[in-house]
Formats: sequence, structure tokens, C-alpha cells
Amino acid sequence: MELSTVWFVIIAVLWTGYFVLEGFDFGVGMLLPVLGRGADAETTEKRRRVMVNTIGPVWDGNEVWVLTAGGATFAAFPHWYATMFSAFYLPLLLILVALIVRNLGFDYRGKRDDAQWRARWDVAIIAGSAVPALLWGVALTNVVRGLPIDAHKEFTGNLFTLLNPVSLLGGLVTVGLFLTHGALFTALKTTGPIREDARAVATRTGVVTAVLAVVLLVILGVGNGTVGSWLTTLVAAGSLVGALAANLRGREGWAFVGTFVTIAMAVATYFLLLFPNVMPSTLDAAWSLTTANASSTPYTLKIMTWVAVVFTPIVLIYQSWTYWVFRKRIGTDHIPAATGPGSPGGHSAPSSAGTPAAEPVGAATPRSAATVPEPVGATAPGPVALPASKPAAR
Amino acid sequence: MDNLDLARWQFAITTVYHFLFVPVTIGLSALVAWYHTSWVRRRRQDDLRLAKFFGKLFTINFALGLVTGIVQEFQFGMNWSDYSRFVGDIFGAPLAIEALLAFFLESTFLGLWIFGWGRIPEKLHAACMWIVHVGTLLSAYFILAANSFMQHPVGYRYNPQTGRTELTDFVAVLTNKVQLVTFPHVVAAAYMVGGAVVMAVALWHLRRVDVGRDSGMYRRATRLGAVVTLVAGLAVAGTGDLQGKIMTEVQPMKMAAAEALYTSSDGSAPFSLLTIGSLDGTQEKFAVTVPGLLSFLATGHFDGSVQGINELKAEYAQRYAGSPLTADGTYTPNIPLSYWSFRLMIGVGMLAALIALLTLWTTRGDRVPRARWWHWAVIATPLLPILGNSFGWIFTEAGRQPWLVFGVMATSTGVSPSVSAGEVVTSMVVYTLLYGVLAVVEVKLFLAYLRAGAPAFEEPAAPAPEDEDAPLAFAY
Repeated sequence: MELSTVWFVIIAVLWTGYFVLEGFDFGVGMLLPVLGRGADAETTEKRRRVMVNTIGPVWDGNEVWVLTAGGATFAAFPHWYATMFSAFYLPLLLILVALIVRNLGFDYRGKRDDAQWRARWDVAIIAGSAVPALLWGVALTNVVRGLPIDAHKEFTGNLFTLLNPVSLLGGLVTVGLFLTHGALFTALKTTGPIREDARAVATRTGVVTAVLAVVLLVILGVGNGTVGSWLTTLVAAGSLVGALAANLRGREGWAFVGTFVTIAMAVATYFLLLFPNVMPSTLDAAWSLTTANASSTPYTLKIMTWVAVVFTPIVLIYQSWTYWVFRKRIGTDHIPAATGPGSPGGHSAPSSAGTPAAEPVGAATPRSAATVPEPVGATAPGPVALPASKPAAR
Repeated sequence: MDNLDLARWQFAITTVYHFLFVPVTIGLSALVAWYHTSWVRRRRQDDLRLAKFFGKLFTINFALGLVTGIVQEFQFGMNWSDYSRFVGDIFGAPLAIEALLAFFLESTFLGLWIFGWGRIPEKLHAACMWIVHVGTLLSAYFILAANSFMQHPVGYRYNPQTGRTELTDFVAVLTNKVQLVTFPHVVAAAYMVGGAVVMAVALWHLRRVDVGRDSGMYRRATRLGAVVTLVAGLAVAGTGDLQGKIMTEVQPMKMAAAEALYTSSDGSAPFSLLTIGSLDGTQEKFAVTVPGLLSFLATGHFDGSVQGINELKAEYAQRYAGSPLTADGTYTPNIPLSYWSFRLMIGVGMLAALIALLTLWTTRGDRVPRARWWHWAVIATPLLPILGNSFGWIFTEAGRQPWLVFGVMATSTGVSPSVSAGEVVTSMVVYTLLYGVLAVVEVKLFLAYLRAGAPAFEEPAAPAPEDEDAPLAFAY
């Protein structure tokens, strides 16, 4: 296989890693107003903190996948990087702003005990999760469908070229997939009422998404589809149906694996439809960017291949380990008192949870609370704990 | 302003802003790791308190450094697509490696450190922050290697058939002689910032009369911060001196611009500490000068000869005017900007090191400095090396102009042809407003946590056995 083809595959894998991992934390972010809602302000806040803490240790590492995908595209296919990033100028600007405010939202929302402060960062988290979830779908669908690219590899359209119905449908599908994926992640990582609600949400969003996704993949596949792309489409659809069925039977771990596979197969379908192009031109097929004419030199690709072969497994090992370390479920009963710089709890939060007798402020989490029995709907307490480490164990 | 000017302003704004947080991240991660390790080894309660205290300040700062870094990686493709096409074969590799080697390490292990209390064995937990620190150093290495290629392109060839540069020797790119002095210079400057933050924050508490039994803890932290600032300051000066020699060799125009030296000097060129009047070389100016210092900075000898702007300009015009990629009317950077950023970089750095030295003197034995003006001078000290970093980047980037890649590609040829001025204006306004608001939010939060001081000591919980339904650490 040509090295440029190898790098096409590597970039597909990086985008897959990004969507299957950051997909669920986008979902959790978007679901903050839906699942993070209780009878009173206190319950609402506790539920939101449960949600944010489920992804707390991992969202940042998840996001690096897109930085690596961007860097790898730059290194392996400079023309692809240059054409794509300048073509999607305004959507990327929106994505960047969204990621900035969302990331700060996670880091800062709990750093002051102030309802208004938290409410503002919650808006940042919700919008900052929804905007990239939508726009990445729009952007990648545009890439697969082709864009007006001239003989100099330059994009000649404008913002409205990008906002066509099929690409917008692509954006809705990513939003739907990530909502479902995020709801299932929440169900897998929490205990109590929030877990029940998350499963119900996953069923609702999952059904709508399944319909939209099938329509989208058929539209894109008709005329361009290969045996491979139809196969991955089929697996994507099948695993989504399987995920919904598993969810209905209370098998949250398997349901999460299902949406994980769905997203991976959807990305695979996109890249199979794309190959050997990387940015097809709608003006003249001869002007399309391909793995051959957009790539770096064999020498650069060889070096990058060695780097990727050596370091990607290492990254996978330590990222998987992180998921293993933080594999336990959490619930509203675990959440300690709100903190801020003024309160001693602002600093005691990390260690207080483990020492019931230590500090009055942090002691809202007695050890016994953690052993509350699984809620009624949990029909499968056995296997659910295990797939928690699945995301990284591909 | 056209696209080019807008894209350059945007790059300048977003890069300088990003680099306000980067040196704090590099420097402070080492000190937090140091305190955490010290706690694990010596069981001194103060060390754990300080690790958590500075760890909190570190995470507040890290968040902004990280998010503004994402903009940087995307910006090459968005605003500088022709540059990306032209050098992608060489420039893309260190960026991709930076993400794979450094960003994953930093983000994953910082997550482990923040949420890991009582979850992972304590030695491993302390090691997490060291790994974060190693990540920041790796990140610095690869991005500086990419920048050094722009200052002094090596390990490449120009392919006239594709009209692009191609990598021929990756090791040469990573061991570029500019890189080998720039990396220690930048890292030492970052340690200066980290040390100054610890010194200033600790003194902020030490000076309070009610500090009571914590005075020993804050005194030690003040002094450790001062030592780090001072030692790092010496390293900055030493590596900076080496850089000057290499810069004179590979980018003589930058050194000439640093002194606004128009006419070549055959020996003993003076260095002006400041100049009042014009810097355009046409008028007599009032200046305070040190004889022979420019010659020494540039060549290592007080009587070395230094080429002037006029001579170099003529030489460049002859050598580069022929090709559209390298044709530029000026071949000269912005002289006042180069001149002043160079002086200010050196000046604020030296001042910070001096304050650190005086802080060590005034806190010797059991002493606590009592003069209020001096408290505030020390507390403001972190701003000096942070500004020094900014001036250093402004000097090295503005002094490279009109080149993107020195001698290979003019800045005017690198912008994205398909991006409209309206789009660049939009993004510039958005970034400027957003960054402005975030700066206010970040500083207020940082100060709130600074004022709260080190948390009371708590014995950390031991990691629970695998099968136990262990309570969790909640950081959010």
C-alpha cells in the first residue's frame, strides 16, 4: 500500500477516535439542560455536577484527537489541510469559539460558588457542545459531497455553498448520534434517577437519529457507494438498532458499545466514499484533491509513519488506563458541597470525599452513600461496569 | 488594511495572547510537581498544601493556554493556506508530532492529577504532574523547531516542479542550530515566569500580619520562587547571548534592526540603552550608549564588525528580487519595533532577576520585608518576565520580516487567497473581544484563588482496593 493511502487511513482513524470519544462528551454537554434538571435548584445543580464529573477526567484528552487529526492532515496532506481549513473559515471560527468557551466552562463552572456564574458557564457548555457537534457534521458532509475547488486547489464558494440541505442533514445526524452516545455514556456512568432519565433520552434521540442517518448515508451512497461503504453503512445502522435494543433491555454497556461502533462505521463510510479523493471538486473532477496530489513527499510520510506506529499505541494505552482508573459510577449522593475560592471546600473537594471524618464541609459524601443499591430499572448490574473501559479499548 | 495586514495582526494578537499563559504553564507545572514530590518524600504538610494551592492556580491558567493553542494550530490553514501548502512537507510534521507526543500527555495526565486524589497511588499521582511538565517541554521543543525553520531554514530543498519546499533531513530540522539555543532560552524564560509567580503569590501572603503559623511555609515558597527566578534569569541571559551570535550569523538584518544600525561598523559598534528621537538613521539622535557592546552581543568581541541595514538591504535586493516568492520592496523589518522590543525584552528580564535577588536578601534569616512599596514591587514581578516573553516573540517574529521563511518565502506570499478580508475582520473582532473578556474572567478567578491562600492540610485518602465502592474525587 502507498504511504499516502496509509496516511489516509490514519487520518480516518484519528477522526474516528475524535468522534467516538469527544462525541459522548459533546452529548453530555448538550444534555445538560435535559438531564441536568431536578425538582429544585439544588437537585438541578447536583445532577449537572454529576454529568460534568462523569466526563471531567477525560474530555480534554478526547479533544486532542482532533488536534492530532488537524496536525496529521497538515503533515501528510498539506494541500488538503490548506484547502479545507481556508474553505471552512467561518464554520471553523465558530467551532473554535465554541470549543474555547466550552472547555473553560468545564474548568471554571465549579470554581466559584455562585449560581449566576454557573448558569453562564452552563450556557457556554451547552452551546459550546452543540455548535461543534452540528458543524463538524456539516463540514465533513461537504468534504464527501465535494466543493467548488478550482485548478489552483482553492475553494471558490462562500458560506452559503456550505449550508446546503444534505450537509445540514449531516450536521443533524452528528448532533443526534452524539446526543444518543452521550445519553448512553451518562447512563453507563451514573446511578440513581439520572441514569433512568438518560436511558429514556437515549431511546428517543436514538430512534430519530437512526432514521436521519439511514436517509443521509443512502443519499450519499447512491451513485458513489462501493461494496465496502455499503457494508459499513449496514453495520452502522445495525449497531445503532442493536444499541437501542440493548438500552431498552437495560444493557447500558452494550448499548454504549453499539453507538460507539455506529459512529466509527459512519466515519468509515464517509472516508470510504471519499477515497481516493480527499477533497473532490464539483467544478472539474481533474481539479479534485486526491491522496496522490495533495500529499507530502514519501520521506515526510515515512518519518510520520514511524512516529505514528511507535506513539499511537502508547497514547492508546495510557488513555485507556485513564478510563479504567475512573471507571466507577457516580450519582447525586456522591456530590460534595459546592465550592469556591473562599470556602475551605474549594480545596478540600479532592480528598474530602474519601475521609468522612475529616472536614465538615467536604463530608457531604459519607462512605455509606456510595453503596446505595442500584436503582430499580437496573436489570443488568453485572456486565455494565465492565464496558465502562471500552471506549479506549478498541 | 488588506488581507495580509489583517492576517498578520490576527496572528500577532492571538500568538502574544496565547504566550501569556504558556510560560506560566511550563514553569508552574514544574514547581507544582516539585512540591507534590516533596510531600511524598518528606511528608512535610506544607508541601502538600502548596502543591494543591499552586496546582489550583496552575489549572486556572492551563485552561486558557490550552484553548488559545487550538486557535494557533488551525490558524495556519485558515489564514495562511499558501504558506501551509508551501512548507507543509516540513512544517506540518513537528506540529503533528507535538499533538501526538505532547498534547495527549498534558491533557490526559492533568486529568489524572486533578481527579486522582485518593484514586491512584501517591507516587504515581505525583509523577502525573511531572509527566504534564514533560509534555509542556516536548510541546515547546516541537513548536520551536517549527519556528526555528522559519528563522533559519535547514534540512529542505526547493522543488521547482511542484513549487514547494520538501523535507530532506528531519534530524537537521530538529537540531537546527537556532533551535538548539532557542529551546533552552524559551524554557528558561518560562521557568522565570513560574518562579516569579510562586515568589509573588507567596510574598502576597507572607507580608500579611495575620499570616501567623503559615509564615514559615510562605517564606520558604517566596525564597524558592526567588531562587528559581534568579537561576532561570541567568540561564535566559546566557542562552540569549548565544542566540545573539547565531542570529547575527544567520539573520544579520535582525541584529542590525535590534540596534537600528544603518551603516556597517568595522569595529567596536556601540549599543544604545535608549534613544530619543527618530530611529530612521537620518538624524542625529540623543542616545545613551555603551561602547563596543553591540559588537560583543553580535560577535563575542568588543571590536567585531557588524553589518548595517543599508548594506544588507542592498545585498538582499540583489540576491532575492528575481523570484516572485522572495521579491519584496523593503527587505527591512520595522526598525522601531525591533529596536524597542529588543531592549524591553532584556530590560524587564534583568529587572525581574534583580528583584528576585533582592527578595532573597530581604527575606534572609527570619526577616520579612516591611516596606509596602517593595511588597507591591515583588507582587508585580511576574508581569516582568511575562512581558519579557512577549517582547522576545515580538522581536524575533517582527525582526524576521519581511520573511515568513527567511530567504525562502516572503510574508506577502503566504496568506489564504480564498479567504475574504471580511472573513478575516470577522475572526479578528471575534477573537479580540472573546480574548479580552476571558482575560478579565481568568485574572479575577486567579486572584480570588490567590487570596484564599493555601488550603488547610488534610491527610489524603489512600487508594481504595479494586472491588470496594470507593468514593470519588470531584474536581468540578
